[in-house]
Amino acid sequence: MAAGGGSLMSSVFTWLNDPSHWRDDPSRSFIGIPTEIMTHLRFSAIAIGIAVAIALPIGLVIGHSGRATWVVSVVNAVRSIPGVGLLVLLAVIISPHFHGRTDLGYLVPTEIVLVLIALPPILANTYAGVDAVDPEVCDAARGMGMTSRQVLLRVEFPNSLPLIFSGVRSAILQVIATATIASYFPLNGLGRYIYDGFHQQDYAQLVSGGVLVALLAVLVDLAMASIQRLAVSPGVSGRFSKRRSAPADAATGSVRIKGEVATG
Amino acid sequence: MTALTSAGTVLASSSSSPLAFWSYFRDHLHEDLTFLWDHVYLSLLPVVIGLLISLPLGYVAHRFRWTYPPIISITGLLYTIPSIALFVIVPPLFGLKALDPKQVPIALTIYSVALLTRVVADGLSSVPEETRLAATAMGYGQLRRLVGVELPIAAPVIAAGLRVATVSNVSLVAIAGTIGLDNLGRLFDIGIQLSTPTPYYPPIVLGIILCVLLALTFDGLIVFGNRVLTPWRRAVAR
Amino acid sequence: MIRFESVTKQYPDGTVAVSDLEFEAASGEITVLVGPSGCGKTTSLRMINRLIEPTSGRIWLDDEDTAKIKPAQLRRGIGYVIQRAGLFPHRTVLDNIATVPLLTGQNKKHARARAMELLERVGLDPAFAKRYPAQLSGGQQQRVGVARALAADPPVMLLDEPFSAVDPVVREQLQNEFLRLQAELHKTIVFVTHDIDEAIKLGDKVAVLRVGGRLAQFATPAELLSRPVDSFVAGFVGRDRGYRALGFAEAGALPLSGESPARLGEKVRAARERARDDWALVVDAEQRPQGWLAVGGLPDDALDGEITADLLNLGGTLARESGTLREALDAALSSPSGRGVIVHDDGTFAGTVSASQVLARIEERAAGVRREAVDAAAAERGRAPAGTWAGDEP
Repeated sequence: MAAGGGSLMSSVFTWLNDPSHWRDDPSRSFIGIPTEIMTHLRFSAIAIGIAVAIALPIGLVIGHSGRATWVVSVVNAVRSIPGVGLLVLLAVIISPHFHGRTDLGYLVPTEIVLVLIALPPILANTYAGVDAVDPEVCDAARGMGMTSRQVLLRVEFPNSLPLIFSGVRSAILQVIATATIASYFPLNGLGRYIYDGFHQQDYAQLVSGGVLVALLAVLVDLAMASIQRLAVSPGVSGRFSKRRSAPADAATGSVRIKGEVATG
Repeated sequence: MTALTSAGTVLASSSSSPLAFWSYFRDHLHEDLTFLWDHVYLSLLPVVIGLLISLPLGYVAHRFRWTYPPIISITGLLYTIPSIALFVIVPPLFGLKALDPKQVPIALTIYSVALLTRVVADGLSSVPEETRLAATAMGYGQLRRLVGVELPIAAPVIAAGLRVATVSNVSLVAIAGTIGLDNLGRLFDIGIQLSTPTPYYPPIVLGIILCVLLALTFDGLIVFGNRVLTPWRRAVAR
Repeated sequence: MIRFESVTKQYPDGTVAVSDLEFEAASGEITVLVGPSGCGKTTSLRMINRLIEPTSGRIWLDDEDTAKIKPAQLRRGIGYVIQRAGLFPHRTVLDNIATVPLLTGQNKKHARARAMELLERVGLDPAFAKRYPAQLSGGQQQRVGVARALAADPPVMLLDEPFSAVDPVVREQLQNEFLRLQAELHKTIVFVTHDIDEAIKLGDKVAVLRVGGRLAQFATPAELLSRPVDSFVAGFVGRDRGYRALGFAEAGALPLSGESPARLGEKVRAARERARDDWALVVDAEQRPQGWLAVGGLPDDALDGEITADLLNLGGTLARESGTLREALDAALSSPSGRGVIVHDDGTFAGTVSASQVLARIEERAAGVRREAVDAAAAERGRAPAGTWAGDEP
């Protein structure tokens, strides 16, 4: 067992630099880093895709019409449920129904939980984004003869993109994080190194797993930031002049935390 | 070890249905209350320390505008790292042993600082320039202005950030239960281990309920505190 | 032409925003709706393009009932300008202007080319085309708003307090340019404002509304000033009515006294010799008035110098020959010499006129107006007019 600080760090370096860890080795039932990364990304992408497909249209419609805002509050309440607990609960309920294909038995509850985790940030931010569009701009759009749908798609949506992107990015991070925890069960993904390391008391593996997850999250977020820069109109992001980042609004006590909106 | 002793007493007692969480709670009162207390402590302490660190740090980012981008980039980066990754990375960086329980509060403090620094900086920036100038013109020194004028006005924004920080901490602490650390998350661990061959729900359900109640309580306390500290906002007819 | 026929707007909670409104905005004219807060002017405007639906009554667009046209289609044929322009932040200025043409499916290149024309027409540099609204000042945004409304060349335009959100200097520029545009385009315009001076300046016809959305008076600005129909309108139109009415009276042929002005660069002595009193008017090489030179009481050594710009008194305003009595009177009153400077339309010196001469003209005109009123009243009562006098205005 590695003792404190320095030697733990060096054993982590060693572990990460070991080429055998970058290859799949069925004989020791060890799965290599690249494969685990792809698995991890696959789990995450499925959940994000589903969550965006559900939350984005709903958020747009609620923001545009201003009705049924209670839906946003209800979905927000889901945030206070611990992801781990939900994971465990659903796994315990669902997995016995899948005898033989144990993988699927854990995959289904995991994906369900990942989608549930991704919904609140995307929905809340999409709604807030549409809601925040200057009503005068919408009025001008209607006055010029745009139909309701045209106003939503051509005016409200492009102007809400910064907040929508923040919500999606936040959701992605939470999904990647929770997908890591899914390896608490016999599921693959980068979390496999953490939990195997934990059970085998192989602390180099444990910490390496953490390092890999951290790197993955940071790189994915950077990629999303680049996409955001390309997708959002400069007129909206203020990318042409020196503008300070959008400040919080003291009057309403709401705040954007890394793009998520919480109201005080 | 705890799991085995719990298993021993549990097999002797009641049903495994989800609704039996109350009797499970009574049967394991001491253990569960310990978990609860640990969880409260692990959720709140990092936020308190985090706030104490974020206030000066956020102030610096706000006051010296050139420091804002680097500070916010670094804190943003830290916030990007998934919690469990941060838990396991902390020991080697801080010279602890690999599964030292201290890693949880340290990691969560880092998280809270990462979250709250930007909130404090943006909250202070949201104070209207006219108000700030008026205070200076009336003779407020810098520190008094900060404490007497700017922070109170920024309070709602900071309170909103505190809510997010505390509520997410409750979930994050539970995650640490999966790597053997003691708190309400252990209830999930216990539940899983007892769920072979048939599902054993009570500890799981109990864990979820307690976490939710805890999160709601903290949230409510902060909202209440914010309302008490900012009476002028209530006075405005909405 | 836009005609309101017994239009009422009542909200579910009982408030009546507009009550039985009837008037006609003639084609090619600017009709201004003006009144205090709560008089329903904006509501009425928005009923024209059906952003708000009337509770009862009809609004006619030429000979079509607007209720029978699909709203989106109706609006694409009506230009709409609001207080803070409402430009789309996510589109460039050029794309903002081209919105309606693109919406109706016009060719992109075409639409953008036309947008460029309009950009220059509203007085903006072509460099603005690629910028975003957030980079523009309030006045510039308003101009883009007007260009956007003009893009599809709609016959009708609705403007809701378009110049209220900018500072007074910019506002005056925008108003003048707006009048210039209208002189070229002759659109049917309905314009809402709370500012009676703006209404009087811009409107061909003005509808004064009172709180509760009832029409108080619908008349030309000159009539509004000279014959307010009740105390509400009189109070709303405000003080200085008589003086402001002069702004609508053409000066006509004022008796101009010639004087030979001095020129920049001439010797001061020469100017004093030609001057008829203590003041000499100075013009530049193109005969454009530059200011007054005080030639009385000058010490002898100053007489040898040349006339330069910094010696001049710039106190007097200039009145155009084709301008109003108000301009002429102001020129006379503000002039340091007591002689108001009148210029031709190209800015060159025409002559001077004294305050008493302008006043005499004002009194003549007022007498004429009074005569007309008496005749009109008599005609109403069916009697013969009082007869004509010698010395009538030509």
